[in-house]
Amino acid sequence: MNGLRFSRKQLGIPYALFLICFVVAPLFVIIYYAFTNGEGRFTFDNLTGFFTSPNTIGTLAYSFLLAIVTTLVCLLLAYPIAYILARSEMKRKSVIVMMFVLPMWINFTLRITALKEVLTVIEGNLAFHPFLNSVIGMTYDFLPFMILPIYTTILKLDGSLMEAAVDLGANSFQTFVKVTLPLTVPGIVSGIVMVFLPSMTNYVVLDMLYNSTYIMGSLIGSYFSAYNWNGGSMIALVLLVIILVFTLVTNKYTDDDGGSRGGALL
Amino acid sequence: MKKWSKIIFICIMLLLIYMPILILAVYSFTTSANIGSIHGWSFHNYLTLFTKDELRSMIVGTVLLAAGSALISTILGTLGAIGAFYSKKWASASINAMNEVPVVNADVVTGFSICILLIVAFGMSKDSYVPLVIGHVVLSAPFVYLSVVPKLKQMDSSLYEAALDLGATPFQGLTKVVIPQILPGIISGFALAVTLSLDDYFIATYTKPATFDTISTYVVNATKGSQTEVKTALWALSTVIFALVIIVVVAMNVAGRKKEVERL
Repeated sequence: MNGLRFSRKQLGIPYALFLICFVVAPLFVIIYYAFTNGEGRFTFDNLTGFFTSPNTIGTLAYSFLLAIVTTLVCLLLAYPIAYILARSEMKRKSVIVMMFVLPMWINFTLRITALKEVLTVIEGNLAFHPFLNSVIGMTYDFLPFMILPIYTTILKLDGSLMEAAVDLGANSFQTFVKVTLPLTVPGIVSGIVMVFLPSMTNYVVLDMLYNSTYIMGSLIGSYFSAYNWNGGSMIALVLLVIILVFTLVTNKYTDDDGGSRGGALL
Repeated sequence: MKKWSKIIFICIMLLLIYMPILILAVYSFTTSANIGSIHGWSFHNYLTLFTKDELRSMIVGTVLLAAGSALISTILGTLGAIGAFYSKKWASASINAMNEVPVVNADVVTGFSICILLIVAFGMSKDSYVPLVIGHVVLSAPFVYLSVVPKLKQMDSSLYEAALDLGATPFQGLTKVVIPQILPGIISGFALAVTLSLDDYFIATYTKPATFDTISTYVVNATKGSQTEVKTALWALSTVIFALVIIVVVAMNVAGRKKEVERL
């Protein structure tokens, strides 16, 4: 009996080795490159360079601003959609939900191309509203990631809690603010996690919509094109720290284990 | 009144989401190079899409990469999930933790870090496809793992013991008892892996050989250039993919409904 249990455990070894080699090791290599210069000597220059240059600090601020606005817009659009769909008595509401998710299977660069053509017709010249266009582009790309977790959370809500609130004298606004909204926080947070980080890094959306301002992702891209591995690694490290802090903070509020990006797709 | 406003809101949102794709679909059947006016109808975009060598090889390359990396991801991720499930707590907890890194990480960082490790630190040739395939497996395998784990938890573990008591070898127990029970998780993991690979831009840019393009990297380069022929052929590509997605989704729904009927 012991022999066969041992053999089942061994099945995990290839994957564990793969993760160590190609997930954990790259992180250490990034840290090494971030704290060395081109000649391989230890230095803090990349770090101090990042936090003293107005360019990189400006990029960091712009990324946060873009990510916050995109996340808010997604939330304000996705919550009513998710709420209406989850609470409706329609028989075929899963089909409607599917319709909101379906565009995600079309390659995102093609979807942004389509959006770009339409925005060009509406605005004439995309260069006039770079920030607005970027927010629209990101929202177009990430909205389903916000709808699905909120929809699932509202669907699972115990309806009797809302009925109880109404019976005890709350009006519909109070019921929503004091009962429904707090109970859907896990879904909202899952949605925020899936929209916020990509909005800080998905610089292709900006590139394609002719917004030439850099976000954090574009910095990595430009260091990559210039073969400046050390500078790029420092940006990657800064992003990793942001992601780590963000994950630790949001983990307290979500009830799933981060598989939500997958859950949203299938 | 209130009900109507809800329906109208949902319809407007759906319209906004589908309008760009549908407009592009209409214009892909015209001779126009810009959205605005239609001068004549034509299939030339579709002809270009399927006959121009660089477009065809880019599509074939993307599909092969997605299929290959999804297959490797599915094997690695599934075995990893089974192994972790039967391992000691510390071992499965550390596999879980490592598995979580690419899931929460930004794709830019994942792609860049793999490029730094393999191409910069280990000096792997820039013409090699190995970093690209590894990159896509890093992207997809964690999601296969995450879709198999819940199925393992739901599994009736006594069936495996029973199979062994009845004389099956551990290998037979695995292939004939465990795998069939977690098969839905494996299949959805594979589908997810294909989707992630098809949609990826960032990992491909940082790890691909210079001469190879996926749909994403090709589209991004094409929008920077001003080649009208390629630009409008990509409208056709977008339309073809949209049609394929609808066919697959409808087929899956019909198959799912049939299954439900059979169960009743």
